[in-house]
Amino acid sequence: MTSHNNLTIKKAREGLLKKDFSAVELLNAYLEQIERKNSELNAFITVCKSEALEQAKHADKLLSEGQDLPLLGIPIALKDIYSTKGIQTTAGSNVLKGYIPPFDATVVARLKEAGAVIIGKTNLDAWAHGSSGENSDFGPTKNPWNTDFVPGGSSSGSAVSVSAQMAIAATGTDTGGSIRLPASFTNTVGLKPTYGRVSRYGIVAMASSLDSIGHFTKNVEDSALFLNVTAGNDPLDGTTPTVEVPDYTKKLDKDIKGIRIGIPKEYFIAGMDPKVRENIEKAIKFYEENGCKIEQISLPHTEYAIATYYIIQPAEVSSNLARYDGIRYGNKRKTFGEEAKRRIMLGTFTLSVGYYDAYYKKALKVRTLLIKDFEEAFKKVDAIIAPVSPTLPWKIGEKANDPLSMYLSDVFTVTANITGHPGLSIPTGFVDGFPVGMQIIGPHFKEELLFNLGHRYEQEHKWFERNPYET
Amino acid sequence: MKVDVLHIAKLANLTLSKEEIAKYEEQLSSILSYIDKLQKVDTKNVPETSQVTGLENVTSDDQTFPSLSQDDALSNSQNKHNGLFKVKGILNDQP
Repeated sequence: MTSHNNLTIKKAREGLLKKDFSAVELLNAYLEQIERKNSELNAFITVCKSEALEQAKHADKLLSEGQDLPLLGIPIALKDIYSTKGIQTTAGSNVLKGYIPPFDATVVARLKEAGAVIIGKTNLDAWAHGSSGENSDFGPTKNPWNTDFVPGGSSSGSAVSVSAQMAIAATGTDTGGSIRLPASFTNTVGLKPTYGRVSRYGIVAMASSLDSIGHFTKNVEDSALFLNVTAGNDPLDGTTPTVEVPDYTKKLDKDIKGIRIGIPKEYFIAGMDPKVRENIEKAIKFYEENGCKIEQISLPHTEYAIATYYIIQPAEVSSNLARYDGIRYGNKRKTFGEEAKRRIMLGTFTLSVGYYDAYYKKALKVRTLLIKDFEEAFKKVDAIIAPVSPTLPWKIGEKANDPLSMYLSDVFTVTANITGHPGLSIPTGFVDGFPVGMQIIGPHFKEELLFNLGHRYEQEHKWFERNPYET
Repeated sequence: MKVDVLHIAKLANLTLSKEEIAKYEEQLSSILSYIDKLQKVDTKNVPETSQVTGLENVTSDDQTFPSLSQDDALSNSQNKHNGLFKVKGILNDQP
């Protein structure tokens, strides 16, 4: 591993602009790390070596002409649920094995326009259904901090690609915690933007009213840089409003004195790992010491979030996966894996005659109450801080035969998807050798505030400078 | 609650093995009994929410723009004939 593998987007850009190294050299450092580590970690389904080399050469040409683009020459991995023109896109499922999209997702097009080098497509729970990465039809991804343990899911390969230094940044999707949870399990920064902030066009749909399109980076500043490229209205996705896109890096260093932070009592539950709790409370102390006003708040409907989520989400899943007929593209429906079938069945049931009102309609009403909880809270506080996961990563296989216990691992993350709020998952140190993370949740379209709060904490602690291979 | 797994599988166009039917019967009823806790929530006069950022009636101009070529659209199909998707007969028994 060369020193190139430690770089943030910002540092890599500086090196490229100063000609300390070329985009091809930078790419090769990451390709070599993939070569060394991927057979053990299974983070990539496809490595786009030749395409990436072409893109890196092109980046070097633009650099030599004095051009500057926000991600010029930066090796980025894509969750294999983002459509990539001419490159296999599987969604982690055998149903799409061999599928070569004839178009790019909007985010992929924007990353390419920004000069990014697409290094590969990362492993995931099939169709993004899972919290551990174990539901992938291409085998589980391993946690680089301890390969007997899960890295969190569903964006497991993307989180691991950044954590294990096989990419500088990676894209993910977060429908119920699929970015924030693996970020917290791998010592990376994960952003779930506000619903609609980033276009869903060309990303294989899981649950359309919940899917949020975000990314993994080493630190908060990179997360802001990345969102500058991906955020904004897209005529091809009707749920992306024309809300202004600020320069998200502008307010990173702003003084946080006087910012009101709410601590929801429902997120510090009895069953939680006491060491994780202690870790998060320590992080909250930082804000208190730096002049933030810490207030205990209540989000009273929290205990109903998982039940609401496991009605709305499978209902939308069953509808979205109905399109896979094996006729126009993809393979036959018999190639669906176990978890996808379970969710299709659950969703089909709650939408079926006689059960629709009792389940689906009821869930949409409780969704309104969950949103009200947050609206009330944001009258009193500017942001909310909570743990991402009640536990440390679990052993591969531990929850495999108990879908309900797997579903409950998302207990602290699903609500932000139900309500559409943005959440930033930030490393807060280590417990028993495993990374831990907190999430900062803010009002709709207030990502800037999350970056500000996250950056100030990170500057003091710099957990992101630790990696699984340090000596 | 017991779920009629065979009926649901038929609605969802899924083919299940005997073992799968038994397994899903058990797992779905355990998930549904957890979900049933929602029945305790008072939702009288509470409206439903399906869109969280308040957008309504998003339309686009009635203008054409380039789309996939016929070749591109067919490029991933294993069943094509004369530039068209080939599907099973619907109104007859022909394969």
